[in-house]
Amino acid sequence: MTTTIANALNRALDDALAADDRVLVMGEDVGRTGGVFRVTDGLRERYGRNRVIDTPVAESGIAGVGLGMAIAGMRPVIEMQFMGFSYPAFDQVINHIARIRNRSRHRFSAPMVIRIPYGGGIGAAEHHSESAEAIYVHTPGLKVVVPSRPSDAYGLLRAAITDPDPVVFLEPIRLYRAVKEELPEVPGKVDIGLASIENEGRDVSLISYGAMMKECREAVKQLTDDGISVELIDLRTLTPLDTDTLLTSVRKTGRAVLVSEAPRTAGFMSELSAIISERAMYALTAPVQRVTGWDTVFPLKRSEGLYLPSIDRIVGAVRTTIAESV
Amino acid sequence: MRQILTPGGALAERAPMDDDLASRLYRAMVFARTYDRKSMALQKQGRLATYAPFEGQEAAQAGSAAALEIDDWMVGTYRDAAAMWMQGYPMELLFAGRTGHEQGGQVPEHVNVLPPSITVGGHMVHAVGLAWAERLQGSTRIALTYFGDGATSEGDFHEAMNFAAVQNVGVVFVCQNNGWAISLPTAEQTASETIAEKAIAYGMPGIRVDGNDVFAVYAATREAVHRARMGDGPTLIEAVTYRMGPHTTADDPARYRTEEERQDWLRRDPIERLRIYLSERGRWDGARQARIEAQATSEVERAIALAESMDPPTPEDMFGAMFAEMPPHLVDQLSELDGAR
Repeated sequence: MTTTIANALNRALDDALAADDRVLVMGEDVGRTGGVFRVTDGLRERYGRNRVIDTPVAESGIAGVGLGMAIAGMRPVIEMQFMGFSYPAFDQVINHIARIRNRSRHRFSAPMVIRIPYGGGIGAAEHHSESAEAIYVHTPGLKVVVPSRPSDAYGLLRAAITDPDPVVFLEPIRLYRAVKEELPEVPGKVDIGLASIENEGRDVSLISYGAMMKECREAVKQLTDDGISVELIDLRTLTPLDTDTLLTSVRKTGRAVLVSEAPRTAGFMSELSAIISERAMYALTAPVQRVTGWDTVFPLKRSEGLYLPSIDRIVGAVRTTIAESV
Repeated sequence: MRQILTPGGALAERAPMDDDLASRLYRAMVFARTYDRKSMALQKQGRLATYAPFEGQEAAQAGSAAALEIDDWMVGTYRDAAAMWMQGYPMELLFAGRTGHEQGGQVPEHVNVLPPSITVGGHMVHAVGLAWAERLQGSTRIALTYFGDGATSEGDFHEAMNFAAVQNVGVVFVCQNNGWAISLPTAEQTASETIAEKAIAYGMPGIRVDGNDVFAVYAATREAVHRARMGDGPTLIEAVTYRMGPHTTADDPARYRTEEERQDWLRRDPIERLRIYLSERGRWDGARQARIEAQATSEVERAIALAESMDPPTPEDMFGAMFAEMPPHLVDQLSELDGAR
């Protein structure tokens, strides 16, 4: 049976709740309504209100209470309803969740997952389309993962829930139901920290993650039809980053196009670009290209198309990279 | 405001504890003051980093800490060393933290005290999670969290109080209202007449006690702890007290408060009134005082010596507790640092 990302996440939570009594799901509207994206649908009925907890509208409280629970032996999976609403919880995430292990020299830890739907493309109100992953990646003590397909959504979420450290789990909103895949009877975990080479190629490394993978896959089709051999990499984990896969690919192709819908300046792709220039500079035959969102506020519905990197922009960047090669 | 032991050492109502416990709390408060004054002196000598003294607040901390079981959770601030020590946090680790050694945060395995929170108010929600998780796991362990009057303006005060009340979590919220949040007086912190009355809006009991009266603090906390343990939910306790010293060693209170105010509070000293009480009960005399002070000094000296003789922190210490297992980029950075040394 084909499965969506939303269904795969639901199944991962279901299986995790069944497998370990310490796992609990907590957040705004995760219980009765099954979450605003229905990712937690049916879980409250199955596991009860003590394990699938509808909380007051208080993101900092959700994160901080979750931390206390994690310290005392539970494995909370907390939900921030939208990335723009995760900002009130920054203090808890940055100052406490990411630090309790270091502060206590391993005595206490935060084995918890912070699920955050992120990204644009659904014509939502302000604050509902953010891509602030760079802030989480920049925070020492966190792991940050982003699936782009159902099998990874399932496998990474299961891995995140059993991880001994806090994992920020980003869910691409516009892919929740837009990418389908056949899942095996018993899907496996996917290790955190490993990128996936979705398509092997010789001419250029096209590197992205999360929501933009959909446009990248389309771009690869167009470019392949034109005889350009693209190596498409889905990072899957932003930190700890699979630097080896990334650098091996860039050293092979000599070209890198980096795609993310987050604002450009000091975005995650700036880091990737820096790593490539530090460690694969002499393998490059063309400047690294970034295809990103703009350094503007994410716009409302009618301007989304202006903001989000399009297939055309990605294809254009790849062509430029090849045309400008030395 | 509930008061059991007057500043003159007389009882306004029946004592909530026997003479043995009262003597033990007296001893704990003398130890705490010795620790506090020694820390101030060490900071001036450059042996400790910035220090936040608690002199004047000994009863608020000792009286509340004494009402806990030894395995209950305690979540305090940078000014709660007395309470943390009473709940089992080793004094040498308290000193180690203040010398600037990360090792100070390595709470022993059997001690359920979180390392002190430096941000204001954020730790209160942790206490809610701790107590909630205990209940979910079938334990009767509860959590007590300390905070100051300033923290009651933080959003997390609200979120912690609300979460705890709405989920009926066994948390005891102890506000040590010492009158000043660095330079801001309580009257400019809140328009509420008392901190305790804020509890009403959350649907939990709020109790206001003389925070320099160890009996009143103990009695109120014991009741709150009992409620929490029985599954009857959280309580807010406002312990009205005064910080005799500066906010921290980096602060000069003469810039914002008067000497008269301090002198006034000096007459309400928490240790002195218990001394008078015990003396009248035949449980205190000069010889006993000398013995307790000598023990306190020796314990404090022992703890300092241990803290100062710890191996200096290494690069591995800085990198080694970020994750359960060090990820590749930290391994690389650690070897980069090692190579640069």
